[in-house]
Amino acid sequence: MPSTGPHSLRDMPHPLAGSSSEEAVGGDSTPSPDLLMARSFGDKDLILPNGGTPAGTSSPASSSSLLNRLQLDDDIDGETRDLFVVVDDPKKHVCTMETYITYRITTKSTRVEFDLPEYSVRRRYQDFDWLRSKLEESQPTHLIPPLPEKFVVKGVVDRFSEEFVETRRKALDKFLKRITDHPVLSFNEHFNIFLTAKDLNIYKKQGIALLTRMGESVKHVTGGYKLRTRPLEFAAIGDYLDTFALKLGTIDRIAQRIIKEEIEYLVELREYGPVYSTWSALEGELAEPLEGVSACIGNCSTALEELTDDMTEDFLPVLREYILYSDSMKSVLKKRDQVQAEYEAKLEAVALRKEDRPKVPVDVEKCQDRMECFNADLKADMERWQNNKRQDFRQLLMGMADKNIQYYEKCLMAWESIIPLLQEKQEAK
Amino acid sequence: MEQGPPDPERQLQPAPLEPLGRSEAGLGVAVDEEAEGAGEEGSGGDTMTHNNFWLKKIEISVSEAEKRTGRNAMNMQETYTAYLIETRSVEHTDGQSVLTDSLWRRYSEFELLRNYLLVYYPHIVVPPLPEKRAEFVWHKLSADNMDPDFVERRRIGLENFLLRIASHPILCRDKIFYLFLTQEGNWKETVNETGFQLKADSRLKALNATFRVKNPDKRFTDLKHYSDELQSVISHLLRVRARVADRLYGVYKVHGNYGRVFSEWSAIEKEMGDGLQSAGHHMDVYASSIDDILEDEEHYADQLKEYLFYAEALRAVCRKHELMQYDLEIAAQDLASKKQQCEELATGTVRTFSLKGMTTKLFGQETPEQREARIKVLEEQINEGEQQLKSKNLEGREFVKNAWADIERFKEQKNRDLKEALISYAVMQISMCKKGIQVWTNAKECFSKM
Repeated sequence: MPSTGPHSLRDMPHPLAGSSSEEAVGGDSTPSPDLLMARSFGDKDLILPNGGTPAGTSSPASSSSLLNRLQLDDDIDGETRDLFVVVDDPKKHVCTMETYITYRITTKSTRVEFDLPEYSVRRRYQDFDWLRSKLEESQPTHLIPPLPEKFVVKGVVDRFSEEFVETRRKALDKFLKRITDHPVLSFNEHFNIFLTAKDLNIYKKQGIALLTRMGESVKHVTGGYKLRTRPLEFAAIGDYLDTFALKLGTIDRIAQRIIKEEIEYLVELREYGPVYSTWSALEGELAEPLEGVSACIGNCSTALEELTDDMTEDFLPVLREYILYSDSMKSVLKKRDQVQAEYEAKLEAVALRKEDRPKVPVDVEKCQDRMECFNADLKADMERWQNNKRQDFRQLLMGMADKNIQYYEKCLMAWESIIPLLQEKQEAK
Repeated sequence: MEQGPPDPERQLQPAPLEPLGRSEAGLGVAVDEEAEGAGEEGSGGDTMTHNNFWLKKIEISVSEAEKRTGRNAMNMQETYTAYLIETRSVEHTDGQSVLTDSLWRRYSEFELLRNYLLVYYPHIVVPPLPEKRAEFVWHKLSADNMDPDFVERRRIGLENFLLRIASHPILCRDKIFYLFLTQEGNWKETVNETGFQLKADSRLKALNATFRVKNPDKRFTDLKHYSDELQSVISHLLRVRARVADRLYGVYKVHGNYGRVFSEWSAIEKEMGDGLQSAGHHMDVYASSIDDILEDEEHYADQLKEYLFYAEALRAVCRKHELMQYDLEIAAQDLASKKQQCEELATGTVRTFSLKGMTTKLFGQETPEQREARIKVLEEQINEGEQQLKSKNLEGREFVKNAWADIERFKEQKNRDLKEALISYAVMQISMCKKGIQVWTNAKECFSKM
């Protein structure tokens, strides 16, 4: 994995150059000097036993975070965006071997990496999974947005139900939008392939071959050095993520429980309203008021159902996404630790031999560069993520408040409307 | 409905001179009214106090409840709740009320009063007592008889019971009721002296006994049917409402968890921290608001419960009518058969097969003297039976007239009360919605600052 890492680091200040990192998957793109350069770097990486970073390819942290910020601002007004991706139109495919859903992915872009202004392809969940692992592989220093969980409790959730497919479609759409909004990831060539290739399977097979070829170097790095101490700021991020995930997990449980309670409440309300109707059939003068109350409870039930539907569809998935996001973040953090540990180990080795060699060897310097790049990327992504998170949660929680307000307003209207009915009758009498 | 502390409108008015359907049972002592079961045969000497008392405007309240321990008839230790009944007269020109009586009664004494009223006023829909044991409660509510909330709700219910009697055109003049409010000691003995227990028709108590009435009064059968339906629909309503309350409680209380977790989460956030923290506070407010909401709703449930028990009172009147009709038909039947026998004896023909006819045939004819004597006895019996039937008819008509008048009164009261209850229920719901909107608007404000 780290062998492909440096490319992204190099790509960062020049996003337009990042269309390719491996010849195998770069076939579709227009050849360019950048691509050739990338290819040569790529080859070099593959033969480096420890996946060292070529010196001088790193970018200063400030530029990447500045870019992030600019990009973030762009997202807000949406005017300068040059890549738009939409996931829609889920379709069920029934084959002899399996049944699955594909989603249509429509891409519109003015970027030079795209030959056509518009693409439309169909992808299934597996393909998204492939994209994500490719991104993780090729951009190890970046935070890759999470995919919705693959895990489905069989029998409990109907994978092909309209609700499930729609929830998943929304999550997949969000996943691609997050990549699209990212200054680095959006230029990743796997992403490009995913959006444009007619037949993704060709690339998927190549990917496997590549992985086996690289197996050794990946293994080498993950074999691991022990990190002495996490720098304070990353330790803080780690702690933050632990607490964040914990709190979000609690919120998720609370939200689910509320929905469960509300659904049970709804069941009772559905029985409660008609009792007033039954009663009204016995009465003369009271018939109308009782019928009014019955209708009113009916209206409140409908409003409650809308509330629970909205919360299930809009609230829970966002929470889930952020829980998974914090996992992604943690895994990037771990990778960073690994790189630092590697650097520390090398430095230590040098220190032991210091008398022999007064100068720090090149590969240790490379390793330091790699670590610093990683740190810079991670910090930038964390900052982006924090900003997104703040916006998303503000929107999410305000949405929750809004839905509840709307619910109460509907009920209020229903109850207020029957008051005149009750009073009028009394005065008329 | 008519609960809570007495307000000026609830002050007792002197009974009208012509109470509904009981014009002959005026203020005077009506000793000859036993046939109708009227209960105003109290010792004549008290009539003056009686009248004076009721011509005043008075206020009745059950102002306190107290837990007591004593020994029961079996000399066993028992704990019970006593209720303080206060009566105030407001005859003074300045409108100020003066405490005239205050005494303690326990639930069983209220029960005794009601049982007495049921016997003496079978044609009246006697106001029901609040439940002896908490029913249709949702899980957060205690079903313990000594629970302060239950005792308080029962106190209100008992007060309401007394106010209902006091505002009833006929019941309000009852001597025993008056003594219930004014005479602490010996009251039980006085009640028992009326012999109401002897008058009680045990057949009325046999719950499942049905009397096959040939010519039922459709109005009463309809009313009985209505009472059954009313009882079943209200009890269903109360059951479901208790479950609705349970669930609603759950929905609100689970939101309270947001309060805690938002506050904990806010500790690790920078920009979002303040907004989360204060939103958490609003979630706490939201969660605790349900306690008051459901407490108010319990009052609505009590109002419905009163009518659940009223259904039983309504049925009691119907049963009494049924029984009278039954007695009437039996008497008519008896008279008819006697008349037939008499005719048979007179003409010497036996139209129907009977044991008597068989014996006459087997053992020969009786002498004309014997026959004359038997005819005479039968004629006397027929005479008597006719008188009885006439009085039963009269009694029945009277009962129907009075009962129906009270039922009409009850229906009006019911429509008025339940409409009021429904309005107050709707108002409760409105206030709950407004509270909800307020809390969520506050929370939204906090979220928007994140």
